[in-house]
Amino acid sequence: MTTVNMTVNGKAVSGDVEGRTLLVEFLRGPLGLTGTHVGCDTSQCGACVVHVNGEAVKSCTMFAAEADGAEVATIEGMANADGSLSTIQQAFQDHHGLQCGFCTPGMVMSAAALLKDNPKPSEAEIRAYLEGNICRCTGYHNIVKAILAASGQDADAIAAE
Amino acid sequence: MPKDHGIGASDKRREDVRFLTGKGRYTDDINLPGQAYVAFLRSDVAHGKLNNVDTAAASGMPGVLRIFTGADFEGVGGLPCGWQVTDRHGNVMQEPGHPVLAQGKVRHVGDPIAAVVAETYEQARDAAEAISLDIDELPAVVDMKEAVKDGAPKVHDDLTSNLCYDWGFVEDNREAVDQAIKNAAHVTTLELTNQRLVANPMEPRVAVGDYAAHDDSSTLYTTSQNPHVIRLLMGAFVLGIPEHKLRVVAPDVGGGFGTKIFHYAEEAFCTFAAKQLKRAVKWTATRSEAFMSDAHGRDHVTKIELALDKDGMFQALRTETYANMGAYLSTFAPSVPTWLHGTLMAGNYKTPLIYVNVKAVFTNTVPVDAYRGAGRPEATFQLERVIDKAARELGVDPIELRRKNFITEFPYATPVAVEYDTGNYNATMDKLIEIADFAGFDARRAESEKRGKLRGLGVNCYIEACGIAPSQLVGQLGARAGLYESATVRVNATGGLVVMTGSHSHGQGHETTFPQVIAEMIGIDANMVEIVHGDTANTPMGMGTYGSRSLAVGGSAMVRATEKIIAKAKKIAAHLMEASEGDIELKEGKFSVAGTDKSVAWGDVCLAAYVPHNYPLDQIEPGLEETSFYDPSNFTYPAGAYACEVEVDPDTGKVTIERFAAADDFGNIVNPMIVSGQVHGGLAQGIGQALLEGCSYDENGQLISASYMDYAMPRASDVPFYTVDHSCQTPCTHNPLGVKGCGEAGAIGSPPAVVNAVVDALQRAGKSNVTHIDMPLSPARVWAAMQG
Repeated sequence: MTTVNMTVNGKAVSGDVEGRTLLVEFLRGPLGLTGTHVGCDTSQCGACVVHVNGEAVKSCTMFAAEADGAEVATIEGMANADGSLSTIQQAFQDHHGLQCGFCTPGMVMSAAALLKDNPKPSEAEIRAYLEGNICRCTGYHNIVKAILAASGQDADAIAAE
Repeated sequence: MPKDHGIGASDKRREDVRFLTGKGRYTDDINLPGQAYVAFLRSDVAHGKLNNVDTAAASGMPGVLRIFTGADFEGVGGLPCGWQVTDRHGNVMQEPGHPVLAQGKVRHVGDPIAAVVAETYEQARDAAEAISLDIDELPAVVDMKEAVKDGAPKVHDDLTSNLCYDWGFVEDNREAVDQAIKNAAHVTTLELTNQRLVANPMEPRVAVGDYAAHDDSSTLYTTSQNPHVIRLLMGAFVLGIPEHKLRVVAPDVGGGFGTKIFHYAEEAFCTFAAKQLKRAVKWTATRSEAFMSDAHGRDHVTKIELALDKDGMFQALRTETYANMGAYLSTFAPSVPTWLHGTLMAGNYKTPLIYVNVKAVFTNTVPVDAYRGAGRPEATFQLERVIDKAARELGVDPIELRRKNFITEFPYATPVAVEYDTGNYNATMDKLIEIADFAGFDARRAESEKRGKLRGLGVNCYIEACGIAPSQLVGQLGARAGLYESATVRVNATGGLVVMTGSHSHGQGHETTFPQVIAEMIGIDANMVEIVHGDTANTPMGMGTYGSRSLAVGGSAMVRATEKIIAKAKKIAAHLMEASEGDIELKEGKFSVAGTDKSVAWGDVCLAAYVPHNYPLDQIEPGLEETSFYDPSNFTYPAGAYACEVEVDPDTGKVTIERFAAADDFGNIVNPMIVSGQVHGGLAQGIGQALLEGCSYDENGQLISASYMDYAMPRASDVPFYTVDHSCQTPCTHNPLGVKGCGEAGAIGSPPAVVNAVVDALQRAGKSNVTHIDMPLSPARVWAAMQG
């Protein structure tokens, strides 16, 4: 066991972990942050995407010990300070960008990372960026629309082209 | 104008807020005090004699509480099958046992052999790896046609063969069909495979068993589409726990698509072990475990023959299908290739004579059961492919060939035992031609050609039977269950309502749409209605969600219960206003006396029901709570027309979906936004089947595709923006909402459109010998077809 210290959603946390403990296991277990999900065991599905030092990371593919000293953000930290939905979250609701909700945290975290680097992505750029996020419910249509809308673009018009 | 509230409004989903902020409560999010963890040791061979399971070394490892093997379940029932098919000779199907943990033999890769319960999951997994197995590997059967040959290795030694049943439908039509095909002006024949798929809801299955010694009761938290069904099957048939001592909870469930209907060994195990150990026991599937233990879908091999007269009118249809059951009968497996498939072979057409033969076969593979569409996609695919092929052979327009054979008068009794209540197939085809912009196809094709790409257009129709199902009918067909749905509507003293429904929402948005219906009926704000589902402790016995049945059957139960509420509330209102009950009208949340200005608010009536000081106690009881069980009198029949435009890269064989349009008739619609979303998701699954997905076994029964590294799930870049329309509406005639169901249409209707489009692209490019390519249409398969 080693002790890790990190900042999660702005709060300092620490805990004892095994060498093999994954970051997602640390988040979901000791920290009780169950919004981050595990949908596969091969780093494909993206349900576990969080931000580590501002970068999108699959938390099933990083040891908790590797995140020692890092700034971690999860879906639980994405709403506005007053508790209202952030622009991206609101766009997902407005455009019906989720159904069962299981892939949604990873989709929102990936969308946030995309828009940070590319504030006005094209449809093709969004679809390519989501390569590592699988959704089985929505057929992606409304997820892509939500991200277009969150970036201030006319999602309905682009989808109708 | 779209409505802004009630039925027909695109209300935003209230459940989204918790899912978008990480506050969903899925089964894996549930952790009980003192919980132990289970890891299953599964067979890594497809078929073998299980001589010994040596747990001695593993038992002493750190944290291990107990190791269970098949021997621990000898006094316990096996996993039951919920449907008994009778074959064409009048014999009931062969029905093998299905132990919770393997006894004597292993029959597929993933068959659970032992279960280790330990203090932590890691300890359980470590110990499972230390168990020593003595297995004599046996020859495996994987190919269905090989499996039914004389002398093939038997999956179950106590059965006469690997043939589960040989079903003929309608048996009385057989000779007439044979004769019609023999005498027909033209017969089009097609042999095809509807490949094995894995449903892959993004949430893997999870089970948490718990036991309360103080009242000897068990609780199972599980990823299920139908907790009452699990309670009944597991309690009555496996563990012998009466229902009043067993609670099953299916909280937020991360997608189902059919594979979470069924009762699984892991659920029974966790419930059983919790009682044995007097501790909560939790199992969470890895994705690899999901691939080798979730029931798979499809896996049919079919020969279809369509006979036409000289004018292109369909005369007869004959099919022979081999349907894979896998190694055991999953809960509803026998019904899928029979009653959910054979009854749909008329499609949208007035073919007078139809005969369907289905041979269901046991193989050393994961059990196969319902997956989104369940039997109906298989029926649609073969029918719509053979019609397309016939049109090409006869040199006629595939749309015109369909149109001239459309059923146009309703109700219509098909020769395969179902009666379509309503529909308008020309209307959806007209709408499709409009929204898919067929007029612009030639220009788009020319533009593709300039870039060196081949462009094709594929069209098809579909019909499905939803709103499953009339109990007495399915009982005659072999169902060992009723298929009604239930709802309890509880009005609180201050006017808010709680609806406890037997339907289960795992992405469909019931928490939003069901209140829209109540709001419309009473004339109150939808936010005054809360939906409770997924817990046998606080919902009436219900059959759950599958077969696009929630609104058509569960919604109908809710409407009936609400009608009872309104009828009683009117009696109370009449008393309060000293008027005659027959004169009371309910509008916009207010009861009034017809022809007067007297009125009393909804809330005042509710309060009177619970504070009955001024109340007709001599006529009615206090309180305002009603339950209904709704049993449908027929299936519903959603139908539509789909079009796909593809580009094929002639150098690589890679297919891209350029446009996809869907014109559906779902009858009346409660929330258009959610209906569109359901279609989008179905389309992606159908496109996934057509181009990408396929579950592969090698000849030894080794599962080749057991992770997302090997099984190609559709990604965002594999699909386009879809054009969907559901403005063609012929309301269902036999349920109170006039709704038909929309959950499966996309997955049923889309695979033939894609394949028809690829064949069209190749034929337009002069590859006239390419009449069919089996799914998935991978670049390798398409390229190979082009070389022929």
